[in-house]
Amino acid sequence: MIHQIFILSSKGDHLLYKDFRGETCSDLVNVFYEMVTALPGDQPPVVMRHKDRYFVHVRQGGLFWVATTTADSSPFTIIEFLNRLSALVKDYCGVLNETNITENFALIYELLDEVLDYGYIQTTSSDILKNFIQTEAVSSKQFNLFDLSNVGLFGADTQQSKVAPSTAATRPIQGSREGGKSEIFVDVIERMSVVIGSNGVLMKADVEGEIRVKCYMPNCSEIRIGLNEEFSIGKSQLRGYGAAVRVDECSFHQAVRLDEFDNHRILRLSPSQGELTVMQYLLSDELPSAPPFRLFPTIERDKGGRLIVYLKLRCDLPPNSVALNLCATVPVPRGSLSLSQELSSPDQRAELRPESRAVVWNIPRFAGGTQLSALFKLDIPDLSSASLLEVGPVSLSFELPKLTATGLQIRFLRLSPIQPSQSQRWVRYVTHSDSYTIRV
Amino acid sequence: MPYLSGEETVKELRRALCNPNVHSDPLRHRNAVLRVIRAMSQGVDVSALFSEMVKACATVDIVQKKLIYIFLCSYAAVNPELSLLVINTLRKDCQDPNPMVRSLALRNMTNLRLSSLVEYVEQPLIAGLRDRAACVRRVAVLGWAKLHDLQPDSEIDAAVVNELYSLLRDPDPVVMVNCLRALEGILKEEGGVVINKPITHHLLNRLKECDIWGQCEVLKFLQRYQPQSEDELFDILSLLDASLVSPHPPVMAATVGLFLSLCGSLPAVGLSALRRAQGPLLAACGSGSREMRFTALCHIQLLLRSLPGLLGAHYKRFFCGYAEPAFIKQRKMKVLVELVNDDNVAMLLDEMKGYCTDVNPDTAQAAISAIGHIGRSYSDRSLEILVGLLGLKQDHITSAVVQTMRDLLWVCPQCSSTVCLALEECEDTMQDAQGRQALLWMLGVYGERISSAPYKLEVFIDDVRNETSAGVKLELLTASMRLFLCRPAEMQDMLGRLLHHYIEEETDMCVRDQALLYYRLLHCGKEETEKVLQGRRSDPSLGVLIGPPAESISQWAHSFNTLAPLLQSTFKPDSKPQLSDALRCDPVETSGNCPDKQMDSSTHIQTSSSAAPLSLSVSPALSPEKFERLWLQPRAQHDEHAAEDDCLWIEESIQCPAVFQCSAQSLQASLQLVNVQTLAFTPAHARPWKVYLYTRMQLDSRGSTLILGELVHCEEEPVNEKERTRAPAAAPQEEKTVRVTLRQQPRDDETLKAFLSILTTVLHTHSSSNETLP
Repeated sequence: MIHQIFILSSKGDHLLYKDFRGETCSDLVNVFYEMVTALPGDQPPVVMRHKDRYFVHVRQGGLFWVATTTADSSPFTIIEFLNRLSALVKDYCGVLNETNITENFALIYELLDEVLDYGYIQTTSSDILKNFIQTEAVSSKQFNLFDLSNVGLFGADTQQSKVAPSTAATRPIQGSREGGKSEIFVDVIERMSVVIGSNGVLMKADVEGEIRVKCYMPNCSEIRIGLNEEFSIGKSQLRGYGAAVRVDECSFHQAVRLDEFDNHRILRLSPSQGELTVMQYLLSDELPSAPPFRLFPTIERDKGGRLIVYLKLRCDLPPNSVALNLCATVPVPRGSLSLSQELSSPDQRAELRPESRAVVWNIPRFAGGTQLSALFKLDIPDLSSASLLEVGPVSLSFELPKLTATGLQIRFLRLSPIQPSQSQRWVRYVTHSDSYTIRV
Repeated sequence: MPYLSGEETVKELRRALCNPNVHSDPLRHRNAVLRVIRAMSQGVDVSALFSEMVKACATVDIVQKKLIYIFLCSYAAVNPELSLLVINTLRKDCQDPNPMVRSLALRNMTNLRLSSLVEYVEQPLIAGLRDRAACVRRVAVLGWAKLHDLQPDSEIDAAVVNELYSLLRDPDPVVMVNCLRALEGILKEEGGVVINKPITHHLLNRLKECDIWGQCEVLKFLQRYQPQSEDELFDILSLLDASLVSPHPPVMAATVGLFLSLCGSLPAVGLSALRRAQGPLLAACGSGSREMRFTALCHIQLLLRSLPGLLGAHYKRFFCGYAEPAFIKQRKMKVLVELVNDDNVAMLLDEMKGYCTDVNPDTAQAAISAIGHIGRSYSDRSLEILVGLLGLKQDHITSAVVQTMRDLLWVCPQCSSTVCLALEECEDTMQDAQGRQALLWMLGVYGERISSAPYKLEVFIDDVRNETSAGVKLELLTASMRLFLCRPAEMQDMLGRLLHHYIEEETDMCVRDQALLYYRLLHCGKEETEKVLQGRRSDPSLGVLIGPPAESISQWAHSFNTLAPLLQSTFKPDSKPQLSDALRCDPVETSGNCPDKQMDSSTHIQTSSSAAPLSLSVSPALSPEKFERLWLQPRAQHDEHAAEDDCLWIEESIQCPAVFQCSAQSLQASLQLVNVQTLAFTPAHARPWKVYLYTRMQLDSRGSTLILGELVHCEEEPVNEKERTRAPAAAPQEEKTVRVTLRQQPRDDETLKAFLSILTTVLHTHSSSNETLP
């Protein structure tokens, strides 16, 4: 049972407060903010206690989503609900941020009214909710110069207009009611967590992935999503002779019908408006191809007492793929004063961040099959041989567009009834690094 | 607007609301109302606009209606009289052909929370229960709960309760779940909604129709049901098997909770359910939401209390991501420590090593103490890492390492040679008082093996004026005394200076008293001083045998799927031990095996105490550290009944010829059969042979009593112990006897004697069975 729900900005501004059980003590919001900011570093903040009231909160979009409840309620339910609520608000308002919440407060009140009654969760299905929600979203769209680049001379179509702008999927779902573009996005998103030992051996490799459907089609009754035919679940079941795509565990949304899945690897579902995670899967302890990045570090002290870190980073992706926004974080010894660097190309950047004791090396674009190197010289006043131990492990964060680590592909995406020609279907692949650590 | 004061805002809003031009244009009207609500949510007091808003309520625009209802529900309590004006509009809306309008009106009618309106609300609520549209019935059902909450003393209308029970069969699953919720609230005094067999089966059959929230709620209500037969129980369990591995963590957790409560009497079934649920729990640990990860981690910690080593093969799933927040990293490390086994220890320590240099000092400290914890079973590898960390010469790391080493030494004294070597080279001065204290303790206790110990102490003694922490001062004093005892030549001068300073100049009374005490003690001579200062050492021949024993599920089942496991460590589980699950020791059976003469007395004791049956239990578990602390508490005279405060010491000799020749494991197993936990053993043929054990015993009314015991056998020592009155057979003989020392707290002579007889029985049985073997 949920007593109150409130949303706070990261600075503690009250964005929204709703009470469900007729207890008016709105200073709870301030109590919560004081508690969460005064929390010592080693204490988990998720659940906090104030007298007989418990605060459970999640952080989404830089905001605090807080529910107050009693001790015996299920943390799984409340946290899942808060996540779902923020997803709903995101569906309805487009993007989660402070201004959007304040602009759309009436819509969110309305949403909360339908989702919770007397503190009990009623429904969170966007299919049911869309019948009840009447307020329209106010989207605060900022003027963006880049949007103009999509418009060709005299309004003619340019090459770019064939690519969906990156903001296309972050708009309120109700826009389609007034004849907005009818579009569907199928995203395959994977998160890798990899640990590579200092000898280059792969120590841990997990991939968590999901297929997310975002639908802005008012009259689409069924989608059929075809996966690779060689897709197999578990170790025993191998199909075909080609490069098998294997995952260890796989779970589907309850709305997915699996009658064609066993034989043809087809998922059928009736999409609801908004975002839906159709399938989640997990591959552990194994990657179908080599890990995307290898690092060859050399760390030594030079005669002048400086620490020399020479890093050679190789990208083992296929030659036609690229990694974007690669950022390597190299922990360096405490007391590092200044950094001099030699990087292999001008678009890279590196800086020393004393507060996190690390050198951060940014590579905006890294093509597959190539190799980059960086030389860092660090001035450290009292450098001892033991300080070398403080260097490493190096962690990378990156984004691999148009690529899945498991090799999962969408063979086809069919909609029925046949949609009018101006409807657009998008399939996007991306792999993120959840945690990619290379020990040195 | 931000520059206007609240009053002017209200004035302006009123002007807008009253403007007839605004009234004629629906869009402008709605915008005016919207501005009021916005001002309200920004904290401006707009209650003065109540009557204008009531007027604006009569509209066909649903959005506007909704906005006004938000306003009315917030301010109704301030203006109960004016709220009466709304009720007419609301009642009219309840007749509206549009179900959405009907449900909206009904919901807000009950949300006004005014007891003066109850008589107007009841009639539409009754009609609402029979409405055609499910959304109206949902609201109406909960409306009754709200109404009851408003006047909790009023009598419960039996007709409504019956109607609500019958609505459990409503085709809409949300109505069904709401009925359960409403009945629970209305019938709170009578113990909540009744879950009998037909209702249970009905709910189980319809579980699939509910969404995940409904499923969770139903599963929670079902915990109240007690199946009548084992067959029925297993039917229910097999129906729920699919939800146990549900991909939705809330459903999975609620199902596990239900399994645990249904299988209270069948712990084995509960354990297998937990094994089955590990997959979804692991998946939740990798969830995208870090709060969900944290919740799952906390619950995995609970699971591991009963199934230690359950997820050993999946240890890599608990490796920390570098971008994870500190609280998740620290939880993961706690889990990793539990999962360590022979196969993964190398990988695990290698990974942990990386965390020790984390930017966040708390995380680094947690990693170091986790390595120390692993060191209790794998001391060589862990110490290697810890010693390596000392090389970093970083203040917070050195301090954490030194503290960890101290803790490790106390439990595993065999590590002392490695630690002493490492300390020899450690030359840092730490800022942290805790770390300095730990270093001083080690220098004092192991000073004779660290050649540079006096010089390290000298640094402290020279700097004594700048020391602020009282703990460090006391530790410095004790360490200097100890070191003086083993290396008098080097320490004499320093100790003199230190004592002089503390006695003459110190302002802290504790420290000064301690210094005076030591000063006087030194006058008593070396032997006396040694007796006082070198008493408390752990026995190097003892190693910790096992980790804490697996707890029974009932220890934590009540907190599963509640907020309790997520709250920080300040939360303590119920301090009262739950003994319902403890095995009963059947006195007849144990005494039947015993051929000894001594049994006559013990059977007598047992039969006399069998009126209040005796039950032993090993939970809640007692850690080796706690045992040691309790055991070393000063005891007065070794008198038969040396009672001190509330604890009782007893010594006894038991004859059992061969018990110390058999293997530790078999004795441990046989003691565990009667729920006695052994904590530590000497190797089989070591002399003196020692065993430490403990158990808890239930007292009829006062909770339980804790019994600690030591079994000692010394071959060399002539067995001329002071004769015990109740052990005629324990006279000095050729036969070998085991000396038993027991400590009981709180005291209870009767149960202690009974326990002694059980112990005797076990030892006899064990030694006799051992004799029959070749």
